[in-house]
Amino acid sequence: MSTVIDVSELGKQYRVYRKHEGLRSAITHLFRREYTTVDAVKSISFKIDEGEIVGFLGPNGAGKTTTLKLLSGLIYPTSGQATVLGHVPWKRENAYRRRFSLVMGQKNQLWWDLPAQESFRLHQAIYKIPADEFERRVDELTDLLEVRKLIGQPVRELSLGERMRMELIASLLHNPRVLFLDEPTIGLDVVSQKRVQDFLKYYQQQQKITVVLTSHYMKDVESLCKRVIIIDEGIIHHDGSLTNLIDRFSRFKVIALQFREGIVPDDLSRYGEQLASDFGTAKLKVEREKVSEILASILERYKVDDITVHDRPLEDVFAELFSAQRSQKVAG
Amino acid sequence: MARPPAQSETAVRRSWFNEGCDYCVSSAHTSWVIFKTCVEERLVYRGDFFFSTFIRFLPIITQIFLWHKVYAIGTSDQIGSLNGYSYEDMVAYYLLAMVARAFSSMPGLASGIGNDIRDGSIKKYVIQPIDLLGYLFWHRVAHKLVYYLIATIPFAVVFYVCRSFFPHPPTAEVWLAFGLSLVLGFLVGFLLEALIGLIGFWFLEVSSLLFIYMMFNYFLSGHMIPLDWLPNSLFAWIEYLPFKYLAYFPAAIFLGKIPPENLWMEIGVECAWVGVLLIANRVVLQRGLRRYGAFGG
Repeated sequence: MSTVIDVSELGKQYRVYRKHEGLRSAITHLFRREYTTVDAVKSISFKIDEGEIVGFLGPNGAGKTTTLKLLSGLIYPTSGQATVLGHVPWKRENAYRRRFSLVMGQKNQLWWDLPAQESFRLHQAIYKIPADEFERRVDELTDLLEVRKLIGQPVRELSLGERMRMELIASLLHNPRVLFLDEPTIGLDVVSQKRVQDFLKYYQQQQKITVVLTSHYMKDVESLCKRVIIIDEGIIHHDGSLTNLIDRFSRFKVIALQFREGIVPDDLSRYGEQLASDFGTAKLKVEREKVSEILASILERYKVDDITVHDRPLEDVFAELFSAQRSQKVAG
Repeated sequence: MARPPAQSETAVRRSWFNEGCDYCVSSAHTSWVIFKTCVEERLVYRGDFFFSTFIRFLPIITQIFLWHKVYAIGTSDQIGSLNGYSYEDMVAYYLLAMVARAFSSMPGLASGIGNDIRDGSIKKYVIQPIDLLGYLFWHRVAHKLVYYLIATIPFAVVFYVCRSFFPHPPTAEVWLAFGLSLVLGFLVGFLLEALIGLIGFWFLEVSSLLFIYMMFNYFLSGHMIPLDWLPNSLFAWIEYLPFKYLAYFPAAIFLGKIPPENLWMEIGVECAWVGVLLIANRVVLQRGLRRYGAFGG
């Protein structure tokens, strides 16, 4: 499979203007400004093949969006190189711009007061999409996302979820080979999130496009991405499959227990942290390597109706991972 | 051996020519769709649009009454003229200057660009294969045309009421030059304000700059008083600025204040201004987008 995105030692520094609190400093800063340099991305490298869906994960300000902005040519890097589909993104060539799309969850490209179909027509003209192909794609995409009836309604009257789906259609009309999604499900309810996820999954498999996605919702990542890149403070901490990631970073598992008498014993905490207990059920957070040992011991001691072992939610894994890194840094 | 390359050369030239034609046709098509969409958008705000069109007429009426009073006081014991303008001349000048302003004023253009830069909407012009200035241009043309659609009626009424103030019907040549100066005035106005908006790439807030521009514009374009009322020494300098094309120049053409032998030369100078401003806009946009790439995003 061919490499579509090739990033090597890419770095981006921002110069930010620092202002101290208060009026006095506001006045002195009129004449002399203090700047500090912030490394948004520090020398990252990775390759993405055609047809992959890769999730970019990291806390706020980790450098995820900066990376997407670099790859879509919005900003220039301070160091390093990158090519997407053989183009250097920040040259901003039309040949490249016709072949990718960037969707930002918080920004909209649709005309607020006009029906979405007018924005689609405008996209058709901007991207020079042939009329028959345009009609076919609008039909197909509006069916898939179940918004066909809404394309004649002014965008401002649509719900957030419907609007996001229209945004996705607008960004896919020109059949981009690479799709960058920055928080595509931000602010959406569970049903809309699911619908967008299902759509992206289906569409990606059909069209074999390459997708890079950032999200705070682990559900997005779990349902869509086989490969994840963890980035924090501008550095890649992990690049590999999601399962590997959990194996590598999740030191704990969760055991859920259902006790026969409906009474939770009060000495469970010796096995691990008790996460919840209610009406005869309890959840325990235990170290991975001790799971079998603890299970054996529990089954021996108590009467248990049901027992399940699962990984902790990804959110918790990441929260732990990032806070561990931060505290290490502070300590070091 | 010599023939085949010659043939292929023609073929190359032809395909290059065809591509060029295709490019022009498809660009024209893109512009047309942008234009159409903008007209549709403009027509959405019907209420606001009718109201604002009529509201803009109130100052014109009050200004005419104001000049009436000024002339009643200022010329009571004189020959009925101020700086060579009778009351009728003044009203005629003022109305024509208002027509010119209907072409050259660009409400919200500079501040719109400034806001787009500040809130990041400018991104779409970087990511999509679309030209910011071209897009804004067609957007503005659409808004102006929709505006004329409605504004023609009250303008026609006012001109009809004041028809006796216009002394002589101008020649065909003057009509032509007047029409051209209105269109060129639109271009000068568009390019000047776009330029100020694009400065937003360097200063995040352009509103105070815009305010200064508006103030100078009001005075230097001939919107407030005819430019030839100013002392000769000042007028000579203002003549070299592009502001006069926004109001004074078209009115002066219509009223025969531009000597016929200079008429086309003056129009030529205005075309040169459009060229210079267009280049300035292109350079500033290119630099601005580069700067945005380095700092913003």
